[in-house]
Amino acid sequence: MALVLNEDEVMLRDTAEGFFADKASVKALRKLRDERDETGFDRALWSEMADMGFAGIAIGEDHGGVDMGFQAAGLLAEQMGRNLTASPFLSTAILAATVLREAGSDDQKNTWLPKIASGETVMAVALDEGPKHNPAGIETTAEKSGNGFRLNGSKAMVVDGHAADQLIVAAKTDDGLAFFLVDPKAKGVEIERTIMVDAHNSARIDLDNVEVDGDALIGDSNAEAALHKMLAAGRGIVAAELLGAGGEAFRSTVEYIKERKQFGVAVGSFQALQHRSSHLYSELEIARSAVLGALTALDAGDPKADRYCSMAKSKLGDVAKLAALEGVQMHGGVGMTDEYDIGLFLKRIRVLQELLGDAAYHQNEHAKAHSF
Amino acid sequence: MSKTDLDTFRADTRVWLEENCPEEMRTPITGDTDVCWGGRNFEFSSDAQKVWLERMSAKGWTVPTWPTEYGGAGLTRVEEKVLLGEMRRIGARSPLTSFGIWMLGPALLKFGNDEQKAEHLPKIARGEIRWCQGYSEPNAGSDLAALATKAEDKGDHWIVNGQKVWTSYADKADWIFCLVRTDNTQGKHYGISFVLFDMETPGVEARPIKLISGRSPFCETFFEDVKVLKKNLVGEENKGWTIAKYLLTHEREGIGAGNSSMRPLHEIAAMSLGLDDADRLSDPMLRAKIAEAEIDEWAFGLTMSRKLAESKAGQSMGADSSMLKYYGTELNKRKFELMMDSAGHDGLEWESERSKDGKLARGWLRTKANSIEGGTSEIQLNIISKHILQLPGA
Repeated sequence: MALVLNEDEVMLRDTAEGFFADKASVKALRKLRDERDETGFDRALWSEMADMGFAGIAIGEDHGGVDMGFQAAGLLAEQMGRNLTASPFLSTAILAATVLREAGSDDQKNTWLPKIASGETVMAVALDEGPKHNPAGIETTAEKSGNGFRLNGSKAMVVDGHAADQLIVAAKTDDGLAFFLVDPKAKGVEIERTIMVDAHNSARIDLDNVEVDGDALIGDSNAEAALHKMLAAGRGIVAAELLGAGGEAFRSTVEYIKERKQFGVAVGSFQALQHRSSHLYSELEIARSAVLGALTALDAGDPKADRYCSMAKSKLGDVAKLAALEGVQMHGGVGMTDEYDIGLFLKRIRVLQELLGDAAYHQNEHAKAHSF
Repeated sequence: MSKTDLDTFRADTRVWLEENCPEEMRTPITGDTDVCWGGRNFEFSSDAQKVWLERMSAKGWTVPTWPTEYGGAGLTRVEEKVLLGEMRRIGARSPLTSFGIWMLGPALLKFGNDEQKAEHLPKIARGEIRWCQGYSEPNAGSDLAALATKAEDKGDHWIVNGQKVWTSYADKADWIFCLVRTDNTQGKHYGISFVLFDMETPGVEARPIKLISGRSPFCETFFEDVKVLKKNLVGEENKGWTIAKYLLTHEREGIGAGNSSMRPLHEIAAMSLGLDDADRLSDPMLRAKIAEAEIDEWAFGLTMSRKLAESKAGQSMGADSSMLKYYGTELNKRKFELMMDSAGHDGLEWESERSKDGKLARGWLRTKANSIEGGTSEIQLNIISKHILQLPGA
């Protein structure tokens, strides 16, 4: 298993590091938030990301992508995590692209994948419904209706749902769970943008007798395999973003305790903080391996890749959260102010650790997978 | 080495192991007597154990990556991995376990002179001499550099007086690699020398210490006017601290590795506690903790591989060995706590055939030393704070 980056990956990481720090920093997120930007991300930035090949990172070359795989996608996500970058990378380039690539017909792939890779189309995948991630409990239905289907249900936590040009809705058919392409402007679709704690995009979507054509069905009326691939990819990439966010929360905190003086010395000279920092360093190193291990397994087509991505999501949920909590505590009073960035990391990590299953969810999955 | 060469090596290794590894050496190790430590007075637990050691050492495979002139096989790390993989495939036991292989060997290869290497390394490789490590003293534990065992210069030799403690298996070892003070006029890190001597030298006495596990793997070791020849100085006089630190780094990587051949926690728990109607462990709180620990174990295993791969690629592991030692030992303690939780009343038995003489309880107690020996967890955290995070005053 390649746990050490190769030359191409190091180059990509370095490029991404400069790109996001320069163009999509925490400052940019503050601006979007404070100006109550309607889209919630910068479309011009998304075009630039597409030009860099980022939007097509997990899309085949025959569909206009660069096909560098999920390890590479994780390197980008990590940098976005460091900068709290707002972009439709997860919703469009990872989740939607994976569903289409795995389940889509040739026509659907030819139509949509190039548009994702070019940055032209933003997509959102509507999966979860209740207060917690629960793909096994989806109740939205797709009934046969003429040549097409009729969709009914309520979706929650749809990342970029209000900004998407095209929705992909997960719904139950007689054969199993399937994905449908839905025009957000179609009759019966009601989208409510939910302003979230982390100032990143999310929406609730109600589907009230929404009629779609037969060719809106992505591939087969049972797309469980594509669902699992999408979940694995999504979890692995969110884990990578958590690694970036947690890592940056930690880095900036260590920096802070080196500078902040009390009792005439830097507070970082106190062993109480040193040991907690060193513990956190260790946890973040372990967490990094989990992300690398999961994403390389995914790229290698390892049959256990689903498991590993789930395990990585569990580990990163816990570790990034610890980094955020310790970050705020070690910043002391200023950690409570909006002016300091550490609070933004606390909020973003809270959302990311919830997304696609929190640590406890994935621990339970681990236990179920091993029959205990 | 090309891929085809490696494939050939793998195929040859597989055939050789199939032909040469005795059946008895392909079963899991169940207790300390199954471990081959070697040494002048070692009593093999079976003929198979002896034959296995002889065959493997003749191939140089007790120390696969050491140069052939010193009893190794000169394998690359990649080839070694193949060898270990093939051994794992048939469940082959390690033919020889020793502090000579694990700790002294690497230090001698790096710091020893040609004569020392030629004299000591082949005997380590063949399991002829068993070594122990004389580091800690009653007043030099975490503060190891405060060691005071004194070596007085007598021209061509030193006279050593002092006491070591926590000397693993000193009562069974043939030779000791030992830190002694040859100068106390400057800072404490200067004036330490790394010397080797025979445990049968007059004036050496090892007394086993009975531990909470009821076992005595450690000794107090006393030196009274022990004569140590100067040719047995490794590296430069007074500059042994560098070697001591290098060796501790090796030791930490090893301690952190823990015991990966153990049955998964959840299986142990399921056997003991049973599953409910939904096929879940009947204790839901324990179930969650076990799942968490197993995920950590997976990620830690990946981290060991990653750090090894990084250091192989020419990047030094350095202070990260402290991170591995810290995390690995704390994780191992956690695992044993969970095993005790799983075993419940049964795990508390101390003397019975059923419990194999309290194997679990004694093993559990043994792990408490993991985060103390080789530098406590707190020392490892200090090292990370100082060398990696570069926090002030660390």
